[in-house]
Amino acid sequence: MTQDTLILGIETSCDETAAAIIRNGTEIVSNVVSSQIESHKRFGGVVPEIASRHHVEEVTLVIQEALDQAKIDIEDVDAIAVTEGPGLVGALLIGVNAAKAIAFAHDIPLVGVHHIAGHIYANRLIQEMSFPLLSLVVSGGHTELVYMKEHGSFEVIGETRDDAAGEAYDKVARTLNLPYPGGPHIDRLAQKGQPKIKLPRAWLEEGSYDFSFSGLKSSVINTLHNAEQRGEIIDAEDLAASFQESVVDVLVTKTARAVKEYEVKQLLIAGGVAANKGLRQKLDEIFGEMDGIELIIPPLSLCTDNAAMIGAAGTVLYEKGKRADYGLNANPGLELR
Amino acid sequence: MNVLVIDTSNFPLAIAVMNEDEVIAEMMINIKKNHSIQAMPLIETMLKAANLAPKEMDRIVVSMGPGSYTGVRIGVTMAKTLAWTLNIPVVGVSSLAAITGAGRHFNGLVCPVFDARRGQVYTGLYQFENHGLVAVEEDTNILMDSWIEKLAERTEKILFTGKDIAVFWEAIQNKLGDRAVRSALTENVPRASEIGLAGMAMEPGEVHGLVPNYIRLAEAEAKWIERQQQGKVND
Ligand SMILES: [Zn+2]
Repeated sequence: MTQDTLILGIETSCDETAAAIIRNGTEIVSNVVSSQIESHKRFGGVVPEIASRHHVEEVTLVIQEALDQAKIDIEDVDAIAVTEGPGLVGALLIGVNAAKAIAFAHDIPLVGVHHIAGHIYANRLIQEMSFPLLSLVVSGGHTELVYMKEHGSFEVIGETRDDAAGEAYDKVARTLNLPYPGGPHIDRLAQKGQPKIKLPRAWLEEGSYDFSFSGLKSSVINTLHNAEQRGEIIDAEDLAASFQESVVDVLVTKTARAVKEYEVKQLLIAGGVAANKGLRQKLDEIFGEMDGIELIIPPLSLCTDNAAMIGAAGTVLYEKGKRADYGLNANPGLELR
Repeated sequence: MNVLVIDTSNFPLAIAVMNEDEVIAEMMINIKKNHSIQAMPLIETMLKAANLAPKEMDRIVVSMGPGSYTGVRIGVTMAKTLAWTLNIPVVGVSSLAAITGAGRHFNGLVCPVFDARRGQVYTGLYQFENHGLVAVEEDTNILMDSWIEKLAERTEKILFTGKDIAVFWEAIQNKLGDRAVRSALTENVPRASEIGLAGMAMEPGEVHGLVPNYIRLAEAEAKWIERQQQGKVND
């Protein structure tokens, strides 16, 4: 019997301070997330300086809790995996420097992890991966289609050229005077409304897997403005349903085309927007019964930012021999490859 | 007591390894380079040079601000995480203490200054008693002009320290005349060992509770509070 690999994952790229212990890259031993969402609500979005301040307050407590819940000592850990980017630089710096401090104090190997690689690897905590696979990553900061031919290999075949899907949700929600974060509110309204309002879909050039949501967002804002000027009232539920349908239509159609072209065995959904009911329903409808392809959508707790996913991705990188030195820095614009 | 001292609160990076009897190793780099890239490798190099392992440390002392928010956070995060994981105490000391050393034998008060832009400074007023640093006025964030007015009301001689004094020296001299003295080039850079000396004399608090002393609220928070107060006035 081979020995277990235990990885401590640390994630502080945005507004969650998180730490987790992962066994063999597939099993969550502990998973602690301290969310700051309540302190950012009053500002209508994440304030980077305030996020960084919270991370400093929370970081050691959260790591301690992850070790306590796993009932292990830091010396039992084989490696420390930390999000090095992308994200808010001041926020990333807290996780990176805490990770380096622990690694240095105990001479434990250190691995830098790409945040999106983490989101994709959240799926491995649910179901073992089989390659080649495609991952649709949709969150407040990202909208990407990532092709993986094997573990640790990422090819971004499509990405957003302007707003991320989650960002478009938040902006539309603000226009509708819904509280932050707006995604879940739009989703809730959309479930009650009818997609009666004609809104654009940005397909971009023929064959492109890229996305664009800023035109759609502007169209929603214009629709509301024009109606206001004419003294008409637009039904918020219908508008939400129409907006959601447009987003989901583009996401799912492009994903379906990529699934066929790349002949993948699995489709993994990753990122916070994967919690969206409208998206889940449509994905289930299209891919649920499709032959030869397995659709995996992680539970909500693994879709939003967490450190279990960083530990899972970090395990693979650690096993592949990837190491960071003590010069590891936060890299807010880090590319996935 | 083996002490590791970390100061990343401003532009320079300063690290020291020391105990009650001597400064074992000390280094200051006054070149703009990201502290996150440079600090931990330098700590590793210096502990090696001092022939000490991380586990042989008995205390971490860190400059906890005021200064660059990001810089202070890097130092405080490293310090509290090291202390927590090594199960040793950590002490946060004013980053201004790093540039007070020139005043140890000065017959008067020491006023360390960091430029905080737009005419503002981070500063405080200190005095040495039996080689120990004592705060006379708490660290503050203030317009330098107002600070000078305040200092003009006192009668002691004041030694101004830090490289940013160059910016305000004329204004200081105009108000304080001969009472104002200025530190030399070599005394303007931070000495981590000064932070360490102050930190060894202090009572450590709870490790998880160590946070930077930003002095200022985050801008978004300050504006939010302002809006709340305006709202109340308008009601
Ligand atoms: Zn994320």
